[in-house]
Amino acid sequence: MAEALDLKAIGTRPIRPDGVEKVTGRANFGADMVLPGMIHAKVLRSPHAHARIKSVDVSRAAAMDGVYAAISGKDMPVEGANDLGINILARDKALYHGHAVAAVAARTPALAESALDLISVEYEELKPVLSIDEAIADGATLVNENMYTNGDRSQPPSNVAAMQTIERGDVEKGFAEADVVVENEYRVPTAHQGYIEPHACIASINEAGRATIWCCTQGQFDVRSMTAGVLNKKVSDIKVIPSEIGGGFGGKTTIYLEPVAVKLSELSGRPVKMVMSREEVFRATGPTSATLCRVKVGAKNDGTVTAATAWLAYEAGAFPGAPVGPGCMSVLAPYDLENLRIEGRDVLVNKPKVAAYRAPGAPQSMHAMECTMDDVARKIGMDPLDLRLKNAADEGTVAPYGPKFPAIGLVECLKAAKEHPNYLSKPADGVGRGVAVGFWFNIGMQSSAEVRIAENGAVTIMEGSPDIGGSRASMCLMASETLGVPYETINAHVGDTEATGFCNVTGGSRTTFATGLAVVQACEDIIAQCKERAALTWDLDVEQVDWQDGQAVPKPGVNADVSPLSLADIAGSAGRTGGPLLGRASLNAQGPGASFSVNWTDVEVDRDTGKVDVLAFTAVQDAGRAIHPAYVEGQMQGGAVQGLGWALNEEYIYDQNGVMENAGFLDYRVPVASDMPMIDCQIIEVPNPSHRYGVRGVGETPIVAPLAATSNAVRDALGFRINDLPLSPPRVLAALEENA
Amino acid sequence: MSKMHISTMVNGQPEEALCEPHQSLLDVLRDEMGLTGTKEGCGTGDCGACTVQLDGRLVCSCLVLGAEADGKEVTTIEGIANPDGLHVVQQKFLEHAALQCGICTPGFIVAAKALLDKDPDPDETTIRYWLAGNLCRCTGYDKIIRAVQDAAAELAQSS
Amino acid sequence: MASTQSYGYTAPTSVDETLSILASSSSKGERTQILAGGTDVIVQMRSFDKEPRLLVDVKQLSETNEVNIGDDEIFIGAAVASGVLNENQELKSLLPGLLESADLIGSTQIQGRASIGGNLCNSSPAGDTIPALIADSAVCVIANSSGNREVAVEDFVTGVGTNCMTSEEFLLGLKLPRPSARTGDAYLRFIPRTEMDIAVAGAGVSVTFDGDGVCTKARVSIGAVAPTALLVAEAADALVGTTVDDAALRAAEAACSDAASPITDKRGTVEYRRKVVGVLCRRAGAIARDRALA
Repeated sequence: MAEALDLKAIGTRPIRPDGVEKVTGRANFGADMVLPGMIHAKVLRSPHAHARIKSVDVSRAAAMDGVYAAISGKDMPVEGANDLGINILARDKALYHGHAVAAVAARTPALAESALDLISVEYEELKPVLSIDEAIADGATLVNENMYTNGDRSQPPSNVAAMQTIERGDVEKGFAEADVVVENEYRVPTAHQGYIEPHACIASINEAGRATIWCCTQGQFDVRSMTAGVLNKKVSDIKVIPSEIGGGFGGKTTIYLEPVAVKLSELSGRPVKMVMSREEVFRATGPTSATLCRVKVGAKNDGTVTAATAWLAYEAGAFPGAPVGPGCMSVLAPYDLENLRIEGRDVLVNKPKVAAYRAPGAPQSMHAMECTMDDVARKIGMDPLDLRLKNAADEGTVAPYGPKFPAIGLVECLKAAKEHPNYLSKPADGVGRGVAVGFWFNIGMQSSAEVRIAENGAVTIMEGSPDIGGSRASMCLMASETLGVPYETINAHVGDTEATGFCNVTGGSRTTFATGLAVVQACEDIIAQCKERAALTWDLDVEQVDWQDGQAVPKPGVNADVSPLSLADIAGSAGRTGGPLLGRASLNAQGPGASFSVNWTDVEVDRDTGKVDVLAFTAVQDAGRAIHPAYVEGQMQGGAVQGLGWALNEEYIYDQNGVMENAGFLDYRVPVASDMPMIDCQIIEVPNPSHRYGVRGVGETPIVAPLAATSNAVRDALGFRINDLPLSPPRVLAALEENA
Repeated sequence: MSKMHISTMVNGQPEEALCEPHQSLLDVLRDEMGLTGTKEGCGTGDCGACTVQLDGRLVCSCLVLGAEADGKEVTTIEGIANPDGLHVVQQKFLEHAALQCGICTPGFIVAAKALLDKDPDPDETTIRYWLAGNLCRCTGYDKIIRAVQDAAAELAQSS
Repeated sequence: MASTQSYGYTAPTSVDETLSILASSSSKGERTQILAGGTDVIVQMRSFDKEPRLLVDVKQLSETNEVNIGDDEIFIGAAVASGVLNENQELKSLLPGLLESADLIGSTQIQGRASIGGNLCNSSPAGDTIPALIADSAVCVIANSSGNREVAVEDFVTGVGTNCMTSEEFLLGLKLPRPSARTGDAYLRFIPRTEMDIAVAGAGVSVTFDGDGVCTKARVSIGAVAPTALLVAEAADALVGTTVDDAALRAAEAACSDAASPITDKRGTVEYRRKVVGVLCRRAGAIARDRALA
């Protein structure tokens, strides 16, 4: 099907429509917006990781010159005191170091900051729960006294908010049939999304209760509904205008500031601006779960995996909601297995509430599985790619989480890797190579799009997916392909909640797939209208008109002596044929299509210092169809480097009181340019049958495999395995001395 | 607190501003002069999003006091293009898709241009170390490095 | 904060003016802080030390901007930015190790501001230039009301973030002996990334050889493994009288590991720092040797 398409625009690499704004400094991001009369708010945060809040008194702050309003949790509506609302402003307890406790709005940011010193909070310190081991131990301190596992009140309260199990076949029988069994335990640390733009917003509410919010977000409609929930308002009373967004990676799919800004605006009568510091970003937003994973794999000597089990525990932070579900879905997804058991736990600890981070949950669980598979390959003396090929999921395989895979590209990725020159060239002496497979299931969900044609035929796309990585270019390419008009005549805009139809968040690798489908369908709506206008102009039946290369033409065999009508022709005379051309589509996209990857990396280890240098990295991934290949590669390269950072140096470091010690880019060490090699990419295209052009989401899969690929490469270089991440120099050197 | 009066040349134009003694040049540019192309990612000199040139030398404007810019020349991202069009570094960032979200892009472009002004033919390692103070979380740096290499090649050809 | 002092900024243009500002503030009990490149001062006043103070910018003084390479002595003004220093080819050929230590402080952008003098006055245990300065026998030139006084760099830093200057003094610059023939220096530090980190451990080595290739003088200093950078005489002794061969370097390595009294923190453990500081000494020693004999 899609292979047969004769594509003109899709697969080219034009300049993105918003590009010039972004290379000249004109593009407005979250903190760039200013409004007349605007004042500034700052947040007071808990100095304790776990404490009962006995009282908060903001009156002295509120009375300070230049201060317009000061609030604490008790000023927020009780109806909004759900997990989200309590995370935004603490009520009875401070649940992590950095938890917001109060806020002040003042004439300047400096005044607001100094007013925070005048707020009195009386705390009763409690013992913080700081690790999975502590949280699940008998007699553990409870983060939340009212938390019962899966809501089951017949059992005592617990820090395990939820448990889930996926089972198939008979694992005991499977392990009994195995020639080799490998079992290991792996720890992955808390990591932050590390977007360069801190959270920022401005809120302004009028006396009629209508609020407008400008903010950097991955989903303006989600900001609207979440803010409405926390403030107990109607969604229709809130308008959210998304700015350009300086990175999100999942971390900007939730809210932290917006309800506070609206509340302070309501009390002050002024627009209120809030911008987080980098330290606040680290202490109170984002991160993803630290995990403890145990994986056991049994295999025959020919490589057939006979059984696999995974026991996965995820830190949720202080509120339930770790990505344990997706972690369970992903861990064994690349393999066609008869016997499996996956058990997941969502564990509360006194740390910030985790937020989505690129393929949430999958990097951690798949790190454990892919390291175990590497050990299996070594034990039976098989090439690691061959072991994966032997067991690879393919079209028709029933995924561990239920559905039968339609066409997927894992086998194609594995075969491409085996023939890749970077894989065929063997690593030099002392250099270790590691291979791993990545996976993300991807999501569809709801999107809307409008396509508007100006009187000169120029095309404007109005859609609702904030553009994090060049998606407007992809929308324009799909519109160009569908309409048959040049890319340069098309522009795409991300609308506010009142300018565009409802759209779910930019996340789950859904934008090019789902919003892209909406754009394609809106273009098809335009084509249908153009055919009608041409039929009217030519006095033909609409069935007698075709759309070819951006023009209406009579169908072959239709006897009409007319010249083709271009989109510009039809738009220019639209006033005489029924009015402006406006196409639209809305949908709940089905069949997003999973994306698999194969990564390998070559590393060198300095045996005197434990430092790991990444010499080469290759990513092979199924994109279904690469609409704008440069931005597909960009996702693969960016995800690879985030994964490498997590594997090598990124981690939250806590002291014994639960205070993060490295809340800044100095000591939360994301990779810098000089740390990294070029990231070689090969895009595989196994079209997704559910998308007109075969698109699969590509954004999340790239971060999954690098963790295990790096671990496996270090294993190869050292001759022994280090189970835990990050593979920071002190950990590697200590392991070297232990294994000397 | 008494405000200080400063006179600077910003992108070739005289600019005056009142600032607090401890206010950063970044805040003066963004809040007092309305030049929001220079971004704040960390406020501690660790991310490079606020990179500008001060008397021709690359600095993090978050680690310069506005008061220190008195009598000095500042070049920001807004001063890189000219009426004839984009600077070749800007053009190559677009052609190579060297930006995804774009928040780090102004800092990278100011820094990369400064490198090519100083060293028109840098090798990959030189580029990577020169730009090590500019964090990008989206691209993995690959396409940024290629854009700078291509800009250098084009400048060499046109000179 | 009880103080009624507010933030101030002043940029005096002479040493006398600077000293009188410092004296006047001191007599009023007001806090002052010298501002050179600002890459530490400005970060600190935004994070853990927000108390208002008068910032005295010493970049307008001719003395603090001077670089003078004499027949016997080299002077480096306290405010010369590391980026400027590293463009001085003569200095680079004379003291490559010192310039590398300055070049390691932060990014290109930080290099545009940070100075050796500032790095020293910040007096962090992990300051990169400090072990390099000590290895190169540098002396601090401190301006005060009774003229200048001089203090060896190894005696300048008194503890974590503290030094021997009073609030009425400031650092004018650093004086170093011009390296004699067959002298080489080197500085290496360990960081987890390739750039942008604070040293987990650092080692500076300077060695001088006679015409027969025997080491006649050595100085070894280590950083980030004690409250202040240490001059490790035992490591130097291990090198003097040898050709600085592998055996001698291994002995110096062991001496450095023994001399270290590190702590465990977010950047490294006691065991890690103790081991790696020795490795760095060994590697820096080999580089310094090769430079001396080149």
